[in-house]
Amino acid sequence: MIEILSYPFMQRALIAALLTGLIAPAIGTYVVQRRLSLLGDGLGHVALAGVGLALFTGTAPIPIAVAACIAGAVVVEVLRQRGKATGDVGLAVLFYGGLAAGVFLSGISGVGAGGLVQYLFGSLTTVTVGDLRLVAVLAMVVLVPTLGLAPQLYAVSTDEDFARTQGLRVRLYHIAVVTLAAITVALAMRTVGLLLVSALMVIPVAAARNLVRGFTSGLVCAVAIGVITAVGGAVGSFYANAAPGAFIVLLAIGVFMLSWPLSYLLRRRRAAAPLPDSMDDDELVAPHTVTESHPHRHEPGCGHPTVQHGDHTDFIHEGHRHAVHADHYDEH
Amino acid sequence: MLLGAGTVPVSCLAADDLTVELGGLPVLRGVSLSVGAGEGVALMGGNGSGKSTLVRALLGLLPHQRGAVQLFGLPLRSFRQWSRVGYVPQRSIALLGGSKVKEVVAAGRLAHRRPFRPLGRGDREAIHEAIGLVGLSDQLNTDIAALSGGQQQRVLVARALAGHPDLLVLDEPTSGVDLEHQRVLADVLTERLAAGIAVLVVLHDVGPLGDLIDRAVVLSGGRIAHDGPLGDLGQHQRRLGGHQHLDHGRTADDTGAGSASWLGGAVQP
Repeated sequence: MIEILSYPFMQRALIAALLTGLIAPAIGTYVVQRRLSLLGDGLGHVALAGVGLALFTGTAPIPIAVAACIAGAVVVEVLRQRGKATGDVGLAVLFYGGLAAGVFLSGISGVGAGGLVQYLFGSLTTVTVGDLRLVAVLAMVVLVPTLGLAPQLYAVSTDEDFARTQGLRVRLYHIAVVTLAAITVALAMRTVGLLLVSALMVIPVAAARNLVRGFTSGLVCAVAIGVITAVGGAVGSFYANAAPGAFIVLLAIGVFMLSWPLSYLLRRRRAAAPLPDSMDDDELVAPHTVTESHPHRHEPGCGHPTVQHGDHTDFIHEGHRHAVHADHYDEH
Repeated sequence: MLLGAGTVPVSCLAADDLTVELGGLPVLRGVSLSVGAGEGVALMGGNGSGKSTLVRALLGLLPHQRGAVQLFGLPLRSFRQWSRVGYVPQRSIALLGGSKVKEVVAAGRLAHRRPFRPLGRGDREAIHEAIGLVGLSDQLNTDIAALSGGQQQRVLVARALAGHPDLLVLDEPTSGVDLEHQRVLADVLTERLAAGIAVLVVLHDVGPLGDLIDRAVVLSGGRIAHDGPLGDLGQHQRRLGGHQHLDHGRTADDTGAGSASWLGGAVQP
């Protein structure tokens, strides 16, 4: 662990991975909440058009990709708000248009579609100091509103109508979310790659939902999972000589799969905890079902067959099992 | 009633000749309505009579094609004091699942808060007080999706109460709520009305809330069929469920015999 920190390229790789693991699940929480889980994937395609344009014009790819991604995200969101992007056809046209434009532009720039591969799958170990600086600045641009505006973003992504009656500018907040998602996607092309960044926006969020209760705890837990899998994957890929992007995403999927049995265990532990004294009315059914009026008094030898049930005896009575409980009988 | 002598009372909520179309079909046609401070108004009518549409149009959640809406004397377009408005939507927790009760209710304080500022002490107190009022203090950290329908409805009521609004608009707040908690809600609303807030409540069934209703507005086929004391509606007409089923698609004969008969001639077409 210490030796890999001695390589400057690995230091940069780890920091870039950490930042990606931090911001992708943070903004992803809102994207998933709005049932837009595949937005990141689509925006990745649009970012490719930006990369193609950068290759064609001979400029730095990240800023152009960020701009293309934001433009694509805002167009999609505005179309959605105006009810024009229903049926996903508009989205598909935009996204595949982005992919085609990327391949086309990289082709005529002389680089060829092969030049896009490093952006599709990321190239964590070739991150330069300049890249890292840009990634860090943009990560802050994403993180500050994502956390600072959390109550507002929560409200608009869970109950639009109510948010509106609180005076929130719902459309603006929606555009902010997709814009921040677009920046995240474009940044990730240097780390986990455009094809895989969407996984880091969605999978830690899904895993966190299995593990903790509540929106805020879910956000924090998703970010923790994102950071751990991103850094863990980067380290692991160094030793396994594997592609970091793929390693990170596979790790995240591993955590997600583990979260199922873990959530089962957690729920059992919570269920085993003592119930609060003042349980609330209507929902408490099992295990306490009281028999309706019951004039007969059950006792050993009363004529009703008995059956041992755990620590007590049930009396079989007209197809029901009655158990003595204080002054009445429970249905068992 | 809280206004001193000499002041002109301003309606908390007023609609004038409101027409709303959904998908090109008129759902509300020329509806006028006003709710003053300290006044409890019930909005009633059969399924599809336009109650929810009216509520949503009054709060600016739906555009209207004709007419005007005023909140606290200001046209909807220029109204900004949303901290004075509390809204309880018709129960639907579609995207709220996965949130804790206190998180949902905390959203009711947003109109009082500025961006990038954490919850203040006053906010926290208001949130806990509102949850206490609906009797869910022991479920603060429960996932709203794990609650019963009636409890979820009470969470939505708490969210609106947390903002300490001067105008409370509730869309069927009693649906699925047991009688005991309907009485609790009636007590809370009665107390708030006495403090001078205005209440507009969509009711399908009067129930325990009947006592706090000063006026009942009955919609039928997108028009106002009755606007007056609740007592003017016959006892059998207070239960509107199942009595008539107008749908928004109807345009021509909706003020005809069907609606007239159940109102016992109180219709003004």
